[in-house]
Amino acid sequence: MGRDASGKARGPVPVRQPDAVATGVTPVGVRLGAAARSGLVSLAAIGVAMLVGALVIAVSGDDPVLAYRALLSGAFGDRRGVAETLVASTPLILGGLAFAVASRAGLFNIGIEGQLFLGSLAAGLVAAYGLGGAPAAVHLPLAIGAGMAVGAVWGAIPGVLKARTGASEVITTIMLNYIAYRISAFAIGRDDLLPVNPDRVATDPALPGARLARILDGTRLHAGILLAIAAAVILWYLLFQTTTGYRIRAVGLSRGAAAYAGISWGRTITVAMVLSGALAGLAGTSEALGLQGRHYDQPPGYGFTAIAVGLVGRNHPLGVVLAGLLFGALNAGATEMQSTAGTSKELVQVLQGLVILAVAGVAAAERFRVGQWFAARFGGPRAGRAGSDRASAVGMEPDLEPRAGPPAL
Amino acid sequence: MDDFFTISLLVATLRTATPLIFAALGGLLSERSGVVNIGLEGLMLVGAFMAATGAHYAGDPFVGLAIGVGAATLAAVIHAVWCITLRGDQVVAGTAINLLGLSIPAFLTQRLFDTAGRTPTIDRLPTIGRGLNVLVPVAFLLVPIVWYLLFRTKPGLRVMAAGEDPRATESVGINVARYRYACVLASGALAGLGGAVLSIGDLSFYTSNMTQGRGFIALAAVIFGNWSPLGTLAATLLFGGAQAIQIQAQTTGLPISTDVLIALPYVLTLIAITGLFRNSLPPAGLGRHPTTG
Repeated sequence: MGRDASGKARGPVPVRQPDAVATGVTPVGVRLGAAARSGLVSLAAIGVAMLVGALVIAVSGDDPVLAYRALLSGAFGDRRGVAETLVASTPLILGGLAFAVASRAGLFNIGIEGQLFLGSLAAGLVAAYGLGGAPAAVHLPLAIGAGMAVGAVWGAIPGVLKARTGASEVITTIMLNYIAYRISAFAIGRDDLLPVNPDRVATDPALPGARLARILDGTRLHAGILLAIAAAVILWYLLFQTTTGYRIRAVGLSRGAAAYAGISWGRTITVAMVLSGALAGLAGTSEALGLQGRHYDQPPGYGFTAIAVGLVGRNHPLGVVLAGLLFGALNAGATEMQSTAGTSKELVQVLQGLVILAVAGVAAAERFRVGQWFAARFGGPRAGRAGSDRASAVGMEPDLEPRAGPPAL
Repeated sequence: MDDFFTISLLVATLRTATPLIFAALGGLLSERSGVVNIGLEGLMLVGAFMAATGAHYAGDPFVGLAIGVGAATLAAVIHAVWCITLRGDQVVAGTAINLLGLSIPAFLTQRLFDTAGRTPTIDRLPTIGRGLNVLVPVAFLLVPIVWYLLFRTKPGLRVMAAGEDPRATESVGINVARYRYACVLASGALAGLGGAVLSIGDLSFYTSNMTQGRGFIALAAVIFGNWSPLGTLAATLLFGGAQAIQIQAQTTGLPISTDVLIALPYVLTLIAITGLFRNSLPPAGLGRHPTTG
């Protein structure tokens, strides 16, 4: 804590040169290069996944060109298609942002699904209460706040556990997902206590004053997409323009170096997980208050697609928005693909799995080769960095430890 | 509690623990060799689906079993190549395996059987009485076998060395990658067996997402069992028992909240991994590569 306070006092100094930590070299050219390369990795991964997907379609006896064309026209062909794409993108963008902020701190948040689900439950419950006829200006923020707060708490638990005991967040978040499912199931059964409807396996409908408005006539497009874009902008500002964001990124890149600079690892990862959980909670809230008008006790699975969105978006808010739109389009176009080209819409889920695999493979292969090439040419250090870079992305405890760093704090 | 109740609870526990034991032993081998395998759930689903599909086309559950185990092993090859050869992120690769294990069967059932995620009904594996299929004793026999292989044979000790300190292991001339490949493939085969138990042992068809998180419970059992075969067995029996009580509570109307019982394995694992009542120590080299540390 003391060290952290002194780190705060010296705040402005590290803020000015964040990329010195990231690359070991200075400014703009390198940063643009890295961003472009990052984007290329994602594009290559998407390309590979789409090609393998085409192969799957062809082998299963359909026409891949026809299928992909139908997918595209379903997603962007008309006003309704575009609206559906945006509707489907909303939770994926928010979930992807949640994944990204945890990843930036070196944590792998598989718990987005549970955080999202409980956020949806909390928002749905608050929205269903009458609150003595509270106006929308009070009721809606209250419901959104409840969803985000509960998501944040569910995200804080693995953060605190990791900070205090070193428990791997990969395991704790998976466990918390399943506990979240049971909490929702339990709550939905208690119509004696809560505004829920066990017969519909859902909460009571959200009151009109607590709903996110529809923003395009004749479609299901709701204000959630605006929340998602706003969240992306705020997260970008937070990550890249504030001391908190700098700390999160520094801790994720090198726990040892961050500790040496006086940044508290435990506190920083907890903050990152709280932010992550709040964003995931907002994703669930937007679904409950915008799309469905209530919380359904049926885990949506967006929490897992969000991992793909975060990975493809390279954990950058802009990348996450683009990746969220891509995956949203895939989901929105799937129905038309099935009806026009006869290709099962489950293919979209297969594509998502392939994209994750491709991102992992392409990134690893690229790092692997570049690292070895540098090692052969200039000797060790770059190759070493390639390794530690990978390790910090995994979020595995042993690799985050400095090899020969400062004394433990 | 009368005898009938006790015995039927015991039988139900053996039945529910069996798929968990197979998958958990797979997870144990993979993690002991140093490879994180959160893809157990997906591997189980592949095994369950291909076993039922194989049994449908071959008309013989044992052929189906072989096909299911083979398919899950092949799926594990992907995990192994990604994690060991490409040195990709092991958690990311496992996440992809889980998504593919869920979606590929859904895609294929639509294509092959024109259903939303269900295979036709097939003949089950034979039983050994009380509705327990032939794989139940196999699962329990495998526990001491895995223990013996890991702790009493040279290859087993090398596996554990690779999991504890891959760099040191490599430095004495042991091919870490080879032992890790063997373990990840074995984890695929075992998870496939666990999945097959569900689709062609307990039931007689595959239905979408029929594992319902058992792959993750198996992973939890490995952690709760502190990465030891006997501890893992105890954990699977405890978790299987909770599941059995929950089923009994539903049918006999016991005044226990089923939600609490279903959540029990997860809560216990959460407590175990945080070391609140006991230390739970993963292999030190988990997720690390010989060349990068």
